[in-house]
Amino acid sequence: MTELLQYAFPESQSFAVNMFKGQINPSQVFPFPSVMNEEQTQFLQELVPPVSKFFEEVNDPAKNDSLEKVEDSTMESLKEMGAFGLQVPQDLGGVGLTNTQYARLVEIVGQHDLGVGITLGAHQSIGFKGILLVGSPAQKEKYLPKLATGETLAAFCLTEPASGSDAASIKTLATLSPCGKHYILNGGKIWISNGGLAEIFTVFAKMPMMDEKTGQMKDKITAFIVERSFGGVTHGPPEKKMGIKASNTAEVYFENVPVPIENVLGEVGGGFKVAMAILNNGRFGMAAALSGTMKGVITQAVDHAANRVQFGSKIHTYGAIQEKLARMTMLQYVTESMAYMISGNMDSGSKDYHIEAAISKIFASEAAWEVTDECIQVMGGMGFMKGSGVERVMRDLRIFRIFEGTNDILRLFVALNGFQDAGKHLKSLQKALKNPLGNAGLLAGEITKRAKRTLCASWVVFNGQYGCIVMLFLLSIADEQFVLKRVADSAIDLYAMVVVLSRASRSLSQGHASAQHEKILCETWCIEAYDRIMKNVKDLKSSSTTQVFKNMKAISAAVVENGGIVAPHPLGF
Amino acid sequence: MSRVLVGVKRVIDYAVKIRVKPDHSGVVTDGVKHSMNPFCEIAVEEAVKLKEKKFIKEVVAVSCGPTQVTETIRTALAMGCDRGIHVEVSGKDYEAMGPLQIAKIFAALAKKEEASLVILGKQAIDDDCNQTGQMTAALLDWPQGTFASEVTIDGEKVKVVREIDGGLETIKISMPAVLTADLRLNTPRYATLPNIMKAKKKKIANMKPADLGVDMVSRVEVLRVDEPPTRLAGVKVETVDDLVAKLKANGTI
Repeated sequence: MTELLQYAFPESQSFAVNMFKGQINPSQVFPFPSVMNEEQTQFLQELVPPVSKFFEEVNDPAKNDSLEKVEDSTMESLKEMGAFGLQVPQDLGGVGLTNTQYARLVEIVGQHDLGVGITLGAHQSIGFKGILLVGSPAQKEKYLPKLATGETLAAFCLTEPASGSDAASIKTLATLSPCGKHYILNGGKIWISNGGLAEIFTVFAKMPMMDEKTGQMKDKITAFIVERSFGGVTHGPPEKKMGIKASNTAEVYFENVPVPIENVLGEVGGGFKVAMAILNNGRFGMAAALSGTMKGVITQAVDHAANRVQFGSKIHTYGAIQEKLARMTMLQYVTESMAYMISGNMDSGSKDYHIEAAISKIFASEAAWEVTDECIQVMGGMGFMKGSGVERVMRDLRIFRIFEGTNDILRLFVALNGFQDAGKHLKSLQKALKNPLGNAGLLAGEITKRAKRTLCASWVVFNGQYGCIVMLFLLSIADEQFVLKRVADSAIDLYAMVVVLSRASRSLSQGHASAQHEKILCETWCIEAYDRIMKNVKDLKSSSTTQVFKNMKAISAAVVENGGIVAPHPLGF
Repeated sequence: MSRVLVGVKRVIDYAVKIRVKPDHSGVVTDGVKHSMNPFCEIAVEEAVKLKEKKFIKEVVAVSCGPTQVTETIRTALAMGCDRGIHVEVSGKDYEAMGPLQIAKIFAALAKKEEASLVILGKQAIDDDCNQTGQMTAALLDWPQGTFASEVTIDGEKVKVVREIDGGLETIKISMPAVLTADLRLNTPRYATLPNIMKAKKKKIANMKPADLGVDMVSRVEVLRVDEPPTRLAGVKVETVDDLVAKLKANGTI
């Protein structure tokens, strides 16, 4: 491997964090992580066939969708199978899987039934993940065994009617009881997956607390483990949804619920961090599941294209179809590569994978939507019919761009997070970043000095034979969301390029039969991603784009003021 | 109480598209998905059920072949067998391995393990021989209940309902005996993840055919393997007279 730029500040090994600092840190991305030892690999190989068989032969996704619940017999079998405690340690009754092993199984679920996927995920990926991550030994021993067998189900309760993306603004209140032994919980949560089924809830509530620095009372969020049996916990009817109908979604109400102080999860006042840690920790699962979903629909699209004859030829011989199938394949390849790179990094002990995890969630949810949409298009009218099953997948997928952090919020997160870190060690620059227009002079100087490393792309030939890395260092001189979105898109494309370069390189160096095919996937992806990044950079520099942003603001203001379309009808009435 | 030996064979998965090797010496097995022979799964399920009903005390899963067959033994352990025996056979011996060699191995093991029952699948889906169970019984001079669709233990005897061409035949045989499982005997359970975990702690013993005094020399030589001929296109005719004329023309009638 050719010597690449050395990172100046070794605190973070994350590729994405360093990318924003203007440095290439390849340690987490090259070579493609291979983190399982022989025993873990063998164990996982034994788990895949029975789980696949179950989802192929027993689970009926169409039935689950039309019943708007997971069939009782299927739920029972899933519990017996151990599917509800995949990451709970074996000594507490779970299967004790690593993130990579979990990803491989979740991929199977994603391939067959996202409704079941969300039921399982809402339970273990977020519902009781807090107990796994920050629970005390006593809390773990008390709750995990029954959660692992599915005897009790869990739900994650954060969202409220007035608090979605703005999670810090939640109003559910926890006040210490006079006896000091309980917190009394009051409030209501909406759109809670498993809300109607769960026995154990991870609930986030605000508490007035004394801020040591200012001496003032401030609302801080605390996380609680709440049992339905505490009393005062009720739920509403199952919501009628576009998709993942088999998953139960309901409002959950807390009325004077007494929560023992031992049930505080993590630190008092540290709830927001707990929430973010939970969501962050589960994100890779989504990319894994969706890579499975895409695999499944691609198989259907290919089967159709390879057999359907129109105008005398099989339709896969036509360029229009070929481009669709190729794009679908690349999107699946990138998503899969991201999922297993991140799970591999997490298993190797990385603690700052938050940017990559957010990138993978954005990418996977949008890729899956596009791939499934194109699958329906390839299948034509058949794709639109219920019998093919693809329309159900399409309906199931829509929510993935919305929940667990909307893709719009996550893009801002990626861009702003990146700049936070970049600013940290560039002391003077940090101030400038916060007040860009006021420090334009300073910024200009910095830009010139770091001209090679800012606002330009450079090709670095890696290993001479196998691939190239496009390095992009971006410096945004405005905190406009229009701008941040494009910064985030470029960061996503860049990370996507890196993961496929890593994966394809590994296949080539290991001499896989598919290595040449993967090389083509990788090259094609990188060529197009590079073009997109270059366009984004060009746009950010151009004055016409600035004008476009200004115009969009004005258009939006006008339609909001008018309550809808402003331009009068072309016919005048 | 008693001990049961169950044979489990690692075969190409039933869903795989079989391809003949370019040199016509056999079928492609490299990189192809393998799993437990479906009739062996049924045999394992029956043995485990008998143990759960407390008719027998211990179920031993046996497989013959190279290292990869331990995966198949572990699946049997995950379904509820107590321990496994891996009889190592590899290379040319493995390629030439057939019912006679397996029957000899099972006969030797049945005596060594003092088994009351040997339960096998009625046939394997790769060679479709339908011989191993019968040969094993003959070598041991034990009664056999083949094509079993129902098995009931009654004291020292076994009542077996057999699927035969004319319908169902019920026989009663003394133990020790050899049984072979047919499709409708039971529905094999799914291995659950906790059982797979528990199976990791169960023991698999290794041995070679020579340890059992079995010679693996085959009296059968495979000359050539071919795909079945491609189905020819049919011809549509308009009337019955046309049909009769065509059948006469190609010599069928």
